[in-house]
Formats: sequence, C-alpha cells, structure tokens
Amino acid sequence: MLELVVFSSLNGVLYGMLLFLLASGLTLIFSMMGVLNFAHASFYMLGAYFGFQISRYIGFWPGLVVAPLLVGVIGALVERYGLRTVHKHGHVAELLFTFGLAFIVEELVQMVWGKIPVDYRIPGALNFSAFTLFDTTFPAYRMFMLLMSIGIFLGLLVLLTRTRVGLIIQAALTHPNIVGTLGHNVPLVFMMVFGVGCGLAALAGVIAGPALVTQPAMAASLGPILFVVVVVGGLGSLSGAFVASLLIGLIQTFAVALNISLADVMAHLGVTLTRESFGGDLWMATVAQVAPIIPYLLLVLVLIFRPHGLMGNRDT
Amino acid sequence: MSTIARYWAWIAAALALVALPHIFSSGASITMMSLMGFAVIFALSYNMLLGQTGMLSFGHAVYYGLGGFITAHALNIIGAGKLPIPLPVLPLVGGLAGLSFAIIFGWVSTKRAGTAFAMISLGVGELVAACSLILRGFFGGEGGVSTSRTSTLQLFGLSFGPQIQVYYLIAAWSLACVGAMYAFTRTPMGRMCNAVRDNPERAEFVGYSTQMVRFIAFCTSGFFAGVAGGLAAIHYEIVTASVVGAAPSGFVLLMAYIGGVAFFIGPIIGAILMTALQISLSDYTGAWQLYVGLMFVLMVMYAPLGLAGLLLMHRPLISAGVFSRLLPGYALAAVPALALFAGAVLVIETAHHLLVKASDGPAMRVFWVSYDANSPVAWTVFAALIATGFLAFRRTWPVVSGAWHEATLEARRKLAK
Repeated sequence: MLELVVFSSLNGVLYGMLLFLLASGLTLIFSMMGVLNFAHASFYMLGAYFGFQISRYIGFWPGLVVAPLLVGVIGALVERYGLRTVHKHGHVAELLFTFGLAFIVEELVQMVWGKIPVDYRIPGALNFSAFTLFDTTFPAYRMFMLLMSIGIFLGLLVLLTRTRVGLIIQAALTHPNIVGTLGHNVPLVFMMVFGVGCGLAALAGVIAGPALVTQPAMAASLGPILFVVVVVGGLGSLSGAFVASLLIGLIQTFAVALNISLADVMAHLGVTLTRESFGGDLWMATVAQVAPIIPYLLLVLVLIFRPHGLMGNRDT
Repeated sequence: MSTIARYWAWIAAALALVALPHIFSSGASITMMSLMGFAVIFALSYNMLLGQTGMLSFGHAVYYGLGGFITAHALNIIGAGKLPIPLPVLPLVGGLAGLSFAIIFGWVSTKRAGTAFAMISLGVGELVAACSLILRGFFGGEGGVSTSRTSTLQLFGLSFGPQIQVYYLIAAWSLACVGAMYAFTRTPMGRMCNAVRDNPERAEFVGYSTQMVRFIAFCTSGFFAGVAGGLAAIHYEIVTASVVGAAPSGFVLLMAYIGGVAFFIGPIIGAILMTALQISLSDYTGAWQLYVGLMFVLMVMYAPLGLAGLLLMHRPLISAGVFSRLLPGYALAAVPALALFAGAVLVIETAHHLLVKASDGPAMRVFWVSYDANSPVAWTVFAALIATGFLAFRRTWPVVSGAWHEATLEARRKLAK
C-alpha cells in the first residue's frame, strides 16, 4: 500500500509538472491576449515529433534544445501572420483560427510521420533505474523529467517575478495600453510570449515523447485536459494553473492505480450488485475505468460551485 | 398571390426535393442526398447556437449522437415488442432525447457565455465520449448499437427497406425542420437570441435573463440535433460511440462556419458542400481533410462571413445592375489565384504521395499530368507557380477592390435616385 502511495505520488507530481509546462504557456497567452490557444497541445505534439526526428540524426540532447526553439519560432510566426490578422474579427474568430490550426497540424503530422506511433527512444545515458524501493524500480528518465520540469518551473518563476522582462510582461497583462505608451513594443511582447509559450509546450513534448507515446492523437487527447487545468485553476492565474496541474496529475495517477468499483464498496455493506441489476455498468465500473472522466467532472463541478476557478480573480 | 410569393422559396425547395432523386437516380447519389438531408438539420441546429445566439460549442455532437442512440434503442424495443409505432415518427424520439440531454447539460453550461461556454461544451463532449467506454450496455461498446428500420409498423405499404423511401423520409423531415428553424428565427424569442449575441448587457437591462435565453436556444438546438441524429440512425441502421466524439463536433463547426454563420442559408450551403466534399474528395486524395482544414483557416482569416457572405455581398450590386463591372477585375485576379491554388494542390499531393504512398514508387498523376514525385524539375515548377501566383495576386487584387469600390458607389448613387 505504501509502495502504491509513494510511486503514485511521484508519478502524479511528474505528470502534474508536465501539465504545468503546457498550462503555464496557455494561461500566460490567455491572460495577455484573451486568446484560448486551442492549438497549444499541437505545439506539444510538434515538439515531440521534432525531437524524435532530430534524435534520429544528431541525438536526443541537441533535440532538447533545437526542437523547442524551432517550435517557438513557428509559434511566433503563427501569432504574427495568423492571429494578428484574425484579431480584428474578435475572440471567437481567434479561437476558431487556433481550432483550425490544431486540425491542420494533426493532418500534417499524420502525413509526414504516419498514423502509428513512432519509435522515440529514451537516451542511452538515462536508460537505467534511479532507485529501487519496495522491490519496484523508478526509471532514471522519469527522475530526469521531474527535475527538468521543476527546473523550468523555477526558471519561469524567477523570470516573471525577478527580471525586467518579467516586469514588462506582468504589466502588459493588466495594462497593455499604458505599457505601450511607456515606449514598449506591446505587439512584440505578445509575439514573444506566444513564441515562448509554444516553445515551452514543445519542450514538454520533447521530454514526454519518449516516456509516453509519440503519436498523432497525443494532441487531441491532451488538449481538453489542458483546458480543464486552466479553467479549474482559474483563467489567467499562473499559481492556480500550478495547483490545478498537480491536482489533476495526482488524481489521475491515483485513480488509474485503484481497481475498486462501487459494487465492491457495496459488497462490504452487504449489498450485492451485479451487471444485471439496474444501472449495471455503472456499479461495475472500477475507479481506474472512470479515471478519464474525473477531470471533466471536476471541470463541471468547479464551474457550478466556483466559476472563478481555484485561484482566479476573473469570472470565466 | 402574396401568400404564394412569400412561400415560393419553400415550394421550390419542396419540388426540388421531390424531383432530385429522379434526376440523380443512381444509388450513390440518393445515399449522398440522404446524408446531406440530416447534415443540413445538424448544421442549422448548430448555427442556432453559434450564429444566432453567439455560443461557440465544441460538443454539439453529444445531442446528435445521443439522439441517434436513443432512436436505435427505441427501434429495437419497437421491433422486439411489435409496438404499433410507424417509422416516420421515430426521429421525434431522437429529438426528444436530444432535448432531454440538452436540458441536463445546458443547465450547467449555459450559465456562462463566450470562451467559458466553449470550454464547458468541450468538457461535456469529452465527458460523454469517455462515458461511452464505461456504459457499454447503452453505447454498445466497440461494435455500437445496430438496429433494423424495417421491423416497425408499416403504413400504406411503405417498408422503408429501399433507400429511396428513406430518402423521402429524410427529405420530408429536413424540410419540416428547416422550416421550423427558420420560423424560430422570426419569433420574438429568436430575436432575443440575436440581442443576447450582440449585446448581452443591454439585453439584461431590458429585463431579459440572458442565461434563460441561452438555455432555451440551447435546448431547441439540442432537439433539432437529436432529430438529425435519429435520421442518421435510421439511415445507417447502426450507431457507434464515435458519433458522440470530438470529430463530428468539430466537423459540424466546420460545416456551419464555411457555409457562413451570419446567414440562415449559410449552414445549408456548408452542409451540402462539405458532405459532397467528404464523399467525393476522399475518392481523389488521401489528404482531403488537410484541404478542409486549410479552407477553414483561410475562411476564418479572410472571409469570416463564409461562402454565403461572399455570395450575398453581391446581391445589392446585382439588383443595381452594376455587377458586370466587377467581372474584368475578377477575371484578371482569377489567373494568379488559380496558379497559386494549383501550385498549393500540387505541393500537397506530391508531398502526400512521397510520404504516405512511398511504396508505390515516385510515378504519379495529378491534373491529368504524369510526373515523378521526386524530380527537382517538378518541385521547381510548383515553387514557381506558388511564388508568381502569390506575387501576381497581390498586384491584381487592388484592381478587384478598386472595381468593387466603384461599383458600390455607383449602386448607391442609383439607389439614391
């Protein structure tokens, strides 16, 4: 039992930190430009595929640097030549633009790399087990992912709160016009933030690609979870996104590990339920089977009882 | 006379629906027209949200799909119990199912508008899609729920076995639903939806609850989506869990938007065009979804009013009799536009051939021209087509917009007289 708790917590924190790498960019972009970037998970997927392609030629480590840079540049170009054109048609048009973009990216990825998962391998230098606890080993690569995402989180925190660039970004979040009047190039700041946000998503893709599966459906399966994180944390709140990422990471990891169903619980109370009793499938579903639904249930509950999200200060 | 004049469009549509299967009588085209029938209802029901009330939904297929599932289950129950219920009323069951689920989910999601509503709809969509993996009894697991439309009570000797009979059933329901949805836009309620879309704050001040207006619009839209789903279940005789997923929700958004959400006719155009593209384009190219995606993004960027908007913006010029002045400009701009289009298509097709069909060898054929996919000459030609097309289009576009400006001024002058 203790073993399950320790390893599920480690994996949960890891998954949560990965989610935060994506959610931080998404929420920064949203609070700056009011654009909910539907294609954010697509940039994550592009990062994973670029990392894979680069790792085949010059290895994993160069890919860790080059792939996010490439995707960041693509993101900046998308903002400059796509989003800025659409901006005059309003927020719905911007959301639709990023929706179409996600559609196109998925089609292109399918065309270039095929519909089946690619063989993106863990680098040899990290292909050993970090430690063994209660007869279960924890791979070194997972440790690397964890340290990497915590490192980026700390770097982002320092950048946003302790540097001049961070100051300008924070000011542009709330008072873009005044920042513009002070002589800063606000559109350029927007473009940079969009690019950096996409780059962060790509970085998450490069490090998550070998551990999870690199396939064309990875964006479509992660994208909605990302939205849940951002809404549950509170739209535009970085600390909220952090808490919600960890929360959803932990909930999902623990849920998958639990193999109990409602019928089992009722059996302890002396009530026998089978698949044939009324609402049969509902009683027999284990927590592990229900795991994919939990984030969305959380989303609906948060929106009913706490529309601002956990830490948000604006109405969603 | 005036009544006939008012309804001539509807009479013409009804006559066309009756006549079409006699003109395009092959099995494939009757199937395609049946698909178009419920696609039109589905797209219009979607536009009740997006175009009419300003609610962007990413989960509209939930009501379409659940309507389909309930209809299939109802068909099976009727067939097993020999209940005296004829097939033509069954889409109503789908509609009521869509309505019921829209009441449940709409109560939660219409509390918010704008981006938050879009995200909740996405969440609800994912929720229902994930439920389909758990509630295997209702959703039928991997195989879906299959049914038979011929086992119901038969009236007037109609068995609904042949596709042509199903086509007329779908056509009748489509016409009725399109008429009902058009009537809805003309009611005070329909007008309030527009008010809530354009200025929710003012609508609140006038004394309307914007949440209530959104809720009613959402439920009405869920009803029609359910009817479309019911018709789809009758047509396919099988409903699988993929119909409640994200893909059909996205596709209905594409249909409505490409057609034009600001006009009632827009989603009809979009549904017919996209269904035709889905069926015929997929025969020619494996990359057809890429084309659809690119078309959508270009529409969002440069023609947010959709195809209907592009067509209808010419109406004042035609009625003023100055449309012909645009033609030289259009003809001039069409040449580089075609070059650009051909270049882009050639690049996509050749890349698709090289990447996806690599085992077939480099020889390929597009636009009646055979060439090798990996020949540098071909790629140079594509690049030249795109580059010259793009540059020339940018040079000729001022001619078009100049002619447009002139024609509009002339039309205004004529109207002022």
